[in-house]
Amino acid sequence: MSTPKTLFEKVWESHVVVQEPDRPAILYIDLHLIHEVTSPQAFAGLKARGLPVRRPERTLATMDHSTPTLPKHLAVVDDAAKSQLAKLSENCKEAGITLYPLGHAENGIVHVIGPELGHTQPGRTIVCGDSHTSTHGAFGALAFGIGTSEVEHVLATQCLLQRKPKTFAVHVDGALRPGVTAKDIILGLIAKIGTGGATGHVLEYRGSAIEALDMEGRMTVCNMSIEAGARAGMIAPDQTTFDYLRGRPHAPQGADWDSAVEYWRSLGTDDGATYDREIELDAASLEPMITYGTNPGMGVPVSQPLPSPSAIADSSERATLEKALGYMGLEPGKPLLGKSIDVVFIGSCTNSRISDLRAAANVFRGRKVASSVRTLVVPGSHRIKQQAEAEGLDQVFREAGAEWREPGCSMCIAMNGDQLSPGQYAVSTSNRNFEGRQGKGGRTFLASPLSAAAAAVTGQVTDVRTLLEA
Amino acid sequence: MAEQSNAQFTSNAQFTTLTSRMIPLPVENIDTDQIIPARFLKVTDKKGLGEKLFFDWRYLPDGTDNPDFVLNRPETAGAQVLVAGNNFGCGSSREHAPWALRDFGLRAVISTEFADIFQSNALKNGLLPIVLTSEEHQQVLALSADPSAEINIDLEAQKVTLPDQTSMSFPVDGFAKHCLLGGIDQLGYLLSFEQDITRYEQQPRVS
Repeated sequence: MSTPKTLFEKVWESHVVVQEPDRPAILYIDLHLIHEVTSPQAFAGLKARGLPVRRPERTLATMDHSTPTLPKHLAVVDDAAKSQLAKLSENCKEAGITLYPLGHAENGIVHVIGPELGHTQPGRTIVCGDSHTSTHGAFGALAFGIGTSEVEHVLATQCLLQRKPKTFAVHVDGALRPGVTAKDIILGLIAKIGTGGATGHVLEYRGSAIEALDMEGRMTVCNMSIEAGARAGMIAPDQTTFDYLRGRPHAPQGADWDSAVEYWRSLGTDDGATYDREIELDAASLEPMITYGTNPGMGVPVSQPLPSPSAIADSSERATLEKALGYMGLEPGKPLLGKSIDVVFIGSCTNSRISDLRAAANVFRGRKVASSVRTLVVPGSHRIKQQAEAEGLDQVFREAGAEWREPGCSMCIAMNGDQLSPGQYAVSTSNRNFEGRQGKGGRTFLASPLSAAAAAVTGQVTDVRTLLEA
Repeated sequence: MAEQSNAQFTSNAQFTTLTSRMIPLPVENIDTDQIIPARFLKVTDKKGLGEKLFFDWRYLPDGTDNPDFVLNRPETAGAQVLVAGNNFGCGSSREHAPWALRDFGLRAVISTEFADIFQSNALKNGLLPIVLTSEEHQQVLALSADPSAEINIDLEAQKVTLPDQTSMSFPVDGFAKHCLLGGIDQLGYLLSFEQDITRYEQQPRVS
């Protein structure tokens, strides 16, 4: 009998081209996603060496980070963004890479369009010059973010030099209570293990609560793996995965589909396989989560008080918390509930998919955005935008007083015109609450689409369950 | 050797030894958005990012230098080693972070832990991430408060030596060390496996 293996080990081993002693593995990459911000220097490097793109058909490009989300995509934010977008078009054209440019029917956030077009498949290795590439692990792919030097490596050789990471199982069992979502699972995990808690590891999410999630919820969980420092996050493919993929434009068809599913079914972790680390999370005891600080590990259940620096023994941890609370302008020891907010952002590669928009719309329906709050709803792709409009969700958002925008990264990264003003507070469905992440001086509370919509209609940090019961 | 056949591609990423003063920045979890904010990523070049390094900590809203920020203190000018808090470089994969640190003139960062992608990016740009134990890190941090104190970093020996000759060893990936010492470009190495890659691509596979 062969040694039992984990999902990660199976995908890793099937992609090792060469493993020389004491050297990093040469790992084959099935799918390389690129965008305007982290690719221009890589293409320039290739040109300087006179190298072609080795496998343009395994490369897919979109424009998302610096693109405006105003209706009709009026005016790219500035000349620098404009020339970066032009450079991507030029590079893709020269290399023969498929590009979904601004306004194209298949355009959208890189981690949204890969799955929705069926490029993201179980067992694949997927990389992108973007740390939230971990999203694609929801399908049982090994997917991780890389730097621009590595983008150049993949363009030139379709391979990467990689040391094998360690494995870390996250068991999430039990049933989520109403008002508690996939976002709360991942914020709960990061609050527990910290922003560097999984450094050097690939997480595998498992257990009944993960199996019960739809693909979009699983993507939300895997998306934020990097916020715990993990190299990647993975979930074993199952019938939910196959049902999502069947019929997508780039999914296998006919007899290829059947043999693909047979292979995909073999990828799950074998009984008896072991992990380097394991942790358990009780789904039934999770509450809606919200972050209060300046990294995603600084989160609490929304009804709970914020921690007090005075209760922390370690001096550097205490200083870190004091600095964060100082930046955020928050008092220790009190809950965030009732804190007035200025902006709500519903979008990003974490929470801009159709189920996220449906969840938010359920809260907005029959309610109005508080007069003091600006609310942006930004779909992750043109396909999602179209679907939402077909369902009338855009009308729900507009009637509530929210802005219904064009697809893009928008206020998650604030390099495209959508941003907070100094001092503003936002409840955001994105993935990072770092200082200034959503605009210089802006202050971010990360939460689920349900919690964000609840904050929009009340004008303050709210436990969404009080609205769902009403 | 494969890397020698690609010697024309050696980069500016060499690192052997360094003796330098230090800049203390004892903040934990410094993310790459702090190292270089996203609004400065709209570039198609790697150069000139040093002036944007730690931008929102370094400059006041009116654009003038923040006198309280350590990089603006005259006595830290020219120092090439940053001593940062735990878990340096978390967050975004932007290689602009090590490009900005290098362009500013830094050659090494000392912490107790580095985020994976930052570490990988740094090593490809001749910026040495040095991991010390908590106690050693505290000792170096205390020493770095003296702007004239110099430390010596010897990559071959994997040692940091303090002025009192206390020496501390640090781990470094063997392959990355080999590349840094020789200024060997990793893409050149990867390209030497072209036949293996072609053979792999010709195998029947589902993906």
